Amino acid sequence: MDSNRILTVSRAMAEAIGQEMKRDKNVFVMGEDIGAYGGIFGATQGLLEEFGEERVRDTPISETAFIGAGVGAAMSGMRPIVELMFVDFFGVCMDAIYNLAAKNVYFSGGHFKVPMVLMTATGGGYSDAGQHSQTLHATFAHLPGLKVVAPSNAYDAKGLMTSAIRDDGPVLYMFHKGLQGLVWMASPEGAATPVPEESYTIPFGEAKVAREGKDVTIVTLSMMVHRALEAAGALAGEGVEAEVIDLRTLVPLDREAVLSSVAKTGRLVVVDEDYRSFGLTAEILATVVETDPGLLRAAPRRVAYPNIPIPYSRPMEQFALPDAAKIADAVRETLDLKKAA
Amino acid sequence: MAPTKDQLLWMYAAMAKARYYEDTMAGVYMEGKTPKFDIGAGTVPGEMHLAAGQEPCAAGVCVHLRPDDAVTATHRPHHVAIAKGVDLKKMTAEIFGKKTGLAGGRGGHMHLLDPEVNFSCSGIIGESAGPADGAGLAARLSGRDSVAVAYLGEGAANQGAFHEALNLAALWTLPVVFVIEDNSWGISVPKSKSTAVKDNSVRAEGYGMPGAHIADNDTLKIFDAAGKAVKRARAGKGPSLIEIVTYRYYGHFQGDPEVYRPEKEVGKLKAKDPIKRLRKHMIKKAGIPKGEIEETLEAAKAEVDEAFAFARESLYPAPREALDHVFA
Repeated sequence: MDSNRILTVSRAMAEAIGQEMKRDKNVFVMGEDIGAYGGIFGATQGLLEEFGEERVRDTPISETAFIGAGVGAAMSGMRPIVELMFVDFFGVCMDAIYNLAAKNVYFSGGHFKVPMVLMTATGGGYSDAGQHSQTLHATFAHLPGLKVVAPSNAYDAKGLMTSAIRDDGPVLYMFHKGLQGLVWMASPEGAATPVPEESYTIPFGEAKVAREGKDVTIVTLSMMVHRALEAAGALAGEGVEAEVIDLRTLVPLDREAVLSSVAKTGRLVVVDEDYRSFGLTAEILATVVETDPGLLRAAPRRVAYPNIPIPYSRPMEQFALPDAAKIADAVRETLDLKKAA
Repeated sequence: MAPTKDQLLWMYAAMAKARYYEDTMAGVYMEGKTPKFDIGAGTVPGEMHLAAGQEPCAAGVCVHLRPDDAVTATHRPHHVAIAKGVDLKKMTAEIFGKKTGLAGGRGGHMHLLDPEVNFSCSGIIGESAGPADGAGLAARLSGRDSVAVAYLGEGAANQGAFHEALNLAALWTLPVVFVIEDNSWGISVPKSKSTAVKDNSVRAEGYGMPGAHIADNDTLKIFDAAGKAVKRARAGKGPSLIEIVTYRYYGHFQGDPEVYRPEKEVGKLKAKDPIKRLRKHMIKKAGIPKGEIEETLEAAKAEVDEAFAFARESLYPAPREALDHVFA
């Protein structure tokens, strides 16, 4: 066995799904173009060939129907994995997600299980404009009853997918397009990682310290972990050691990891590709402030998308999109250092 | 209903312009994306959905429309925008992300909006239908006889928004024409694997409106069906649906490897090219001189070339302009 086998995130996702489908015949997949195409973002590559049309189903463009069907199938003993092609498309089918999938366990006092995984592609920065580039972490984390996970690399992608499939409740699995390792879209170097061949799980609600440091805590997830690590690399050259926390899951949220890091560093920068206001960054700041504002030695900073529709034109999109330079500047602000020229 | 000579020339111009536009865009799109394809790189970054082959659906319908008639279109909008009379320079500048674009670069290729000719489009499948109902309702409430046309793909006919909009249009007797461009493919899924009925025009009956089915991308048959539908709508008699079997020459999006498509399919479609068929009709049946057709073609190409040059020469917006026009 090759313990240094490197997989892309999309390959790791497909492998997790395939292994669970082998293990449990109740697991099946449905969504748009997930069959012969292997998923527009590669999440189901190879599965149709291995498992056939009954268990790997291309659907019509009918999200309300097939996500609703996913809920129904999950309540009838199956373990469906349903793909919502772009998270931006949630508008046409949100009821099935937040009112049905998310609430039926509760409405039944725990007597019904709803073991459905809804996987969906997030993220922008490649000029796909306002209806195809959103990240929407907060939209789903905010609403009760849904677990929400967002891996930053292939190793986590496989483990979190396996855990999601085995969870008896609905899990929203948000994968960033720019991390998938697609041949037609660039991805950061750290996204593809060594991935064990055997099945394994990663528990929800456990953040990972992606980089240790003593001077400032940067909290983030998904693609922004890589931008934060880039910023940390640049800052190290200035004698600033940043600690990067990869949240990995939004619901449940590892607040303890944030608090113990901020207790150590006293400075906090939260990074999110999602819209700034009323979201993840505010949640992290609130967690610190309502626990102990004294932990902070300086005002915390947020680096997030402004609350504007995502613009198409490259200079405008890049202006709005969080990146390593903006993160590094935010860190310098918490340390009262001069920004980069 | 048969087209006059002027209408034939108009449709030919719209179709030739759209074809040349799409073929030009296919080349421009690849600038900066070789040797290794990266969707975010180059002169025109992002997704690109080209409509070469689908021109009759735009020309055969829009020939009957006025600037005050509303048209809502899809993620594959260029041929419809051209036929509707969207300013070609501003449209191209928008696709290039330039400051001189329809929205100063904010929308891009899938979000082309032009109030001058009442044209808008969306990247969300099925979302063209509701707004067409709304435009029709507005016409009624303001005492105008303008109509609205919603373009959709055959894939969109399985989306809830489509069904709701059809019922609403029939219920309220709205002046709307629903045009389904059936190009057989919803990305990689053929119609036979997505749609329970063979022909969406039968669904029209289920929603209380007449439905027409046009086989084989026939411009003259589209002209006839659309003429009748628009006339019916303008007379206050309510909505109609037209489903057109059309051809998509390029992939779903540029860069699409089309592994799902039978190898010889595109070649077979090109052998029945609708622009060539219309040209043949114009010469042989309508007695239009070849010279006039050539002139029309050259003028169309020149307009497209000018639009692309304008887009190239135009400046990008300042980055901060991203923050403008969030609110009215």
